[in-house]
Amino acid sequence: MSNNPLDTVEAIYRAESRRVLATLIRLLGSFDLAEEAVHDAFTAAVEQWPSAGVPANPRAWLVSAGRFKAIDKIRRRAKSDVLLAELARELDADAEIAPEADAEHVEDDRLRLIFTCCHPALPPDAQVALTLREVCGLATEEIARAFLTAPTTIAQRIVRAKSKIRDARIPYQVPSKEDLPERLESVLRVLYLVFNEGYYASSGAALTRHDLSGEAIRLGRLIMALLPEPEVMGLLALMLLQESRRGARTSADGELILLDDQDRSRWNREQIVEGVALIERALASRRFGPYTLQAAIAAVHAEAGDAAGTDWAEIVGLYDLLVRVVPSPVIELNRAVAVAMRDGPQAGLALVDALLEQGDLAEYHLAHSVRADLCRRLERTADARTSYRRALELAGTDPERRFLERRLAEMGPQK
Amino acid sequence: MKYLCLVYHEEDKLDALPRSEYDTLVADSLGLVEELRASGHYIAANALQPVETATTLRVRNGKVAMTDGPFAETKEQLGGFYFVEARDLNEAIGIAAKIPGGRIGSVEVRPIKELIPPST
Repeated sequence: MSNNPLDTVEAIYRAESRRVLATLIRLLGSFDLAEEAVHDAFTAAVEQWPSAGVPANPRAWLVSAGRFKAIDKIRRRAKSDVLLAELARELDADAEIAPEADAEHVEDDRLRLIFTCCHPALPPDAQVALTLREVCGLATEEIARAFLTAPTTIAQRIVRAKSKIRDARIPYQVPSKEDLPERLESVLRVLYLVFNEGYYASSGAALTRHDLSGEAIRLGRLIMALLPEPEVMGLLALMLLQESRRGARTSADGELILLDDQDRSRWNREQIVEGVALIERALASRRFGPYTLQAAIAAVHAEAGDAAGTDWAEIVGLYDLLVRVVPSPVIELNRAVAVAMRDGPQAGLALVDALLEQGDLAEYHLAHSVRADLCRRLERTADARTSYRRALELAGTDPERRFLERRLAEMGPQK
Repeated sequence: MKYLCLVYHEEDKLDALPRSEYDTLVADSLGLVEELRASGHYIAANALQPVETATTLRVRNGKVAMTDGPFAETKEQLGGFYFVEARDLNEAIGIAAKIPGGRIGSVEVRPIKELIPPST
């Protein structure tokens, strides 16, 4: 920390503002009041710390400054409002009961904030926006840029979600033990959505939007520290293992490189080691779920020297388990790819064709891309070409489209 | 805080239920009312007659216009309600999840809005 108190305020803002917010939401019972209070508390710090010095416990100072500023504000507004006057009296009474005890509740408050932002009664896209805004402290503009959405749209989602939290009285609490598995699922879904939006950007020019993936991993570590449940470990491991390949999955000029063709020496070993250790802990708990299974599949890839040396039988086995836990045509498609690697392209193609027949994947570009690739390996050129073209029509990002165009060109001129 | 849990279902589906399943549904619904009474959550609850019995009114310029049936033609119809007192939405959801009608239709949980008399 620097000797300049203003630098200190800035450093403390970065490290503590989300904790201070989480605690103030509990104390004030309102997101909007708490946000104003955080702002006021840091304004007071900027004004007072240069002359009075940085307090011994800056976080406690900020919480208490924010709380008193908020009560003050409410009291002034209360002159014309009966309900606010009541609220001011309640908050005043609370304030007299040991404000110093706050410190130990701080970590619980962060968890409360996460569970409230990811409450299943809120629409999924609002859960994502609210979590990035309130828990991660991203600006509305940053969230909008990351999701290629207008800032007003994101702002509206956040405002609506906050109104619902207030008006429907969504409680600010960590769920009871019996509700925890289901509610944690909702938190992890938000986390993985954020990660994937950063990792496989679903549209636009850039294939990866690193910031979102990094944010998801940071948030994963936070949840892991607060609530080390097996599926939290599984998801954190899955994100780390996917992230470990980031440097190898696009070429210098931004082109897509498939798993089989990646330079594995460029995979991040540190992230792989951390991910594998987490999977082992999760598996040992015997309470693991789909995230741990997906992470285990990623780990089999991470531990193989090349595509040929991969334990495809192990991967098929893990997919068999995964399909049983979460039946999904996309997972069936991945399983078909693994079967093709284990038993040859003919076996894989039979599964893919059966899946396409069912219809759920008809509009999914990767299903057609996989079919094209299997046909190509079987030298069924015309079929391959048709499927590559269909995939090309459906693909969402430019690098994906260029990859498919290259594959089509490699197949030579049409006869 | 008060919540109104609105139970919607397709009336055809309800009519098509085998006698024994219908009886179970009724018995469970009455059972839930007793349970909510005992736990102090109960304010009111009722099943409603089918929509054919509904009349919709509109008052315009002091005149009442009347039409047969419900306001909106939708597949699922309002079939009953539970008006409950709950600490917060989580508790209200916990209660709503026990409503037997949710097994064949859906339950909408709406927080009550307290109207404040306008200050003069």
